[in-house]
Amino acid sequence: MEEIDSRIDEILAQGKKPGPMDKVLLARHPKRPKINQYIDYLFTNFFEQKGDFLGKEDGSIFGGIALFHGMPVTVLGHRKGNDLQENIACNFGMPGPEGYRKALRMMTQAEKFGRPIITFIDTPGAYPGIEAEMYGQSQAIARNLAAMSSMQVPIIAIVTGEGSSGGALAIGVANKVFMLEHAVYSILSPEGFSSILWNDASRKEEASEVMKLTADDLLKFGVIDEIIPEPIGGAHRAPTIVFERIDQLLCRELKTLCAKSGSELARSRYQKFRTMDEQFRVME
Amino acid sequence: MDNLLEKRKGKFEKLRVLREQQRNGGNDAASDLAADIREKEKTMPELFVECPACHKEFTKRHLRDNLYVCPECGYHYGMPPEKRIVALCDEGSFKRFRYHFPEIDPLEFEGYREKKADLREKTRQDEAVLTGVGKIEGKKAVIAVMNSKFLMGSMGIQLGETVTLAVEYAEKHNLPLIIFTASGGARMQEGILSLMQMAKTSTAIERFQKKGGLYIAYFTHPTTGGVSASFAGLGDITLAEPKALVGFAGPRVIEQTIGQKLPEGFQRSEYLEEHGFVDQIVPRSKMRQVISQILTLHQK
Ligand SMILES: [Zn+2]
Repeated sequence: MEEIDSRIDEILAQGKKPGPMDKVLLARHPKRPKINQYIDYLFTNFFEQKGDFLGKEDGSIFGGIALFHGMPVTVLGHRKGNDLQENIACNFGMPGPEGYRKALRMMTQAEKFGRPIITFIDTPGAYPGIEAEMYGQSQAIARNLAAMSSMQVPIIAIVTGEGSSGGALAIGVANKVFMLEHAVYSILSPEGFSSILWNDASRKEEASEVMKLTADDLLKFGVIDEIIPEPIGGAHRAPTIVFERIDQLLCRELKTLCAKSGSELARSRYQKFRTMDEQFRVME
Repeated sequence: MDNLLEKRKGKFEKLRVLREQQRNGGNDAASDLAADIREKEKTMPELFVECPACHKEFTKRHLRDNLYVCPECGYHYGMPPEKRIVALCDEGSFKRFRYHFPEIDPLEFEGYREKKADLREKTRQDEAVLTGVGKIEGKKAVIAVMNSKFLMGSMGIQLGETVTLAVEYAEKHNLPLIIFTASGGARMQEGILSLMQMAKTSTAIERFQKKGGLYIAYFTHPTTGGVSASFAGLGDITLAEPKALVGFAGPRVIEQTIGQKLPEGFQRSEYLEEHGFVDQIVPRSKMRQVISQILTLHQK
């Protein structure tokens, strides 16, 4: 059993709730449900699409076309892999520009064929490497943010694990953003935050408190729309409960969103991100 | 030269004492000292600066007159935003946009308000960006200039909003938009909401461009992180100052991740040009001329 599991059991036995750092660890739990499990459970007829069609394939983004209760959708997300070999093959879920371009290719096609887009966010961040920079990591992320904002089909994003940095947001400009109870979503990791602001990576626990990265915090900020409750001890202890909840949620949301016109969807997505921070910037 | 440095050190020490005294309410002795320093400055020899690239020395005034570019080797120093506006726009044509923001501190991060207050006093800027509308050789445009001296030009709510309002102004008045980017990335002290500025600004640029708006992104040193991966990365035309550092991840983060030294010139403008991510590298001396040319080519 993982160390974090015993820590959580202890916390629960004391009648307490997991704190921000516990959630960071739960979000990174190696057994936490991964994109392929979500796709297996929630969709049928899945057809994987690989490649950015500009010369590269990136395993850290996984997705394709599938049916959701009979409706064609495009589904994609970060892939961390289920064991070390897979982890390495998909770079621990850290995409390069080719990954974001691959995602954009799938999303652009979804728009062309009028398919709703569903994304699953779970990444330590965009990969900081030589090739990633050489091939335009910044430009690829920026392009996704802009392109997603004006798409004429419904977009739903679900933060299932770690949502870290622009690498997460690059597939997260959605009409509705949901988050699992113990997932985290932040500007960077608590380790990175404490080493940049305090020059001391060991203050990560303190950083996790200060950063306000839990689902509760983000709901208050208006960054997410709803929290998806997890089974006691975390999603990995009873994944089907989580899959069921997401299934119901997607049914409900797609019903509402699909009733809207393309331009209405783009306009409301624009409004969502335009006004998200209003509570902090408007003079009283 | 050593002597001169000593003199400068002495002057800074006096100024430091003076500032401290002013903070403690000030006194007559302090104002005497200030007058004393002003008097001395008149007769003091010109201050010299050494170019970090070619190590030649020249006067500060010489540098200012040369758009903060080394007259010997062309090294581009950081340029104060107001000075850039003056160098770019037709005389007296620039009107600055001013907005009122409350004190923004969503994480209630320790020391953040104080740090901003201190910088506002020192830089006489309220944020790391200056925006407005001006004319370049008679052609009107919305202009935003970022300032890397203000919290490294990091993007928080106020900066994101100011940029977005500039984009929306350009959209509403059917004007071209020019943004001089300079940023260390996201404003960590504002947490997730600083990340969301990437979406907000990119969304605004997208809408502006879809309506036919022209956006010129002009990279200056350094442009990295959340700014490079949002509005900076979306120009219809992308220009860069020579040798500016432009990239997503900072060089130190990359070195730590991959455990090796980065090649010479990595993430510099010339590297981006070689790999196809800038239209042209434009030195500051050609800035006004090239922007004017692009505006002419897009006149409706
Ligand atoms: Zn020089």
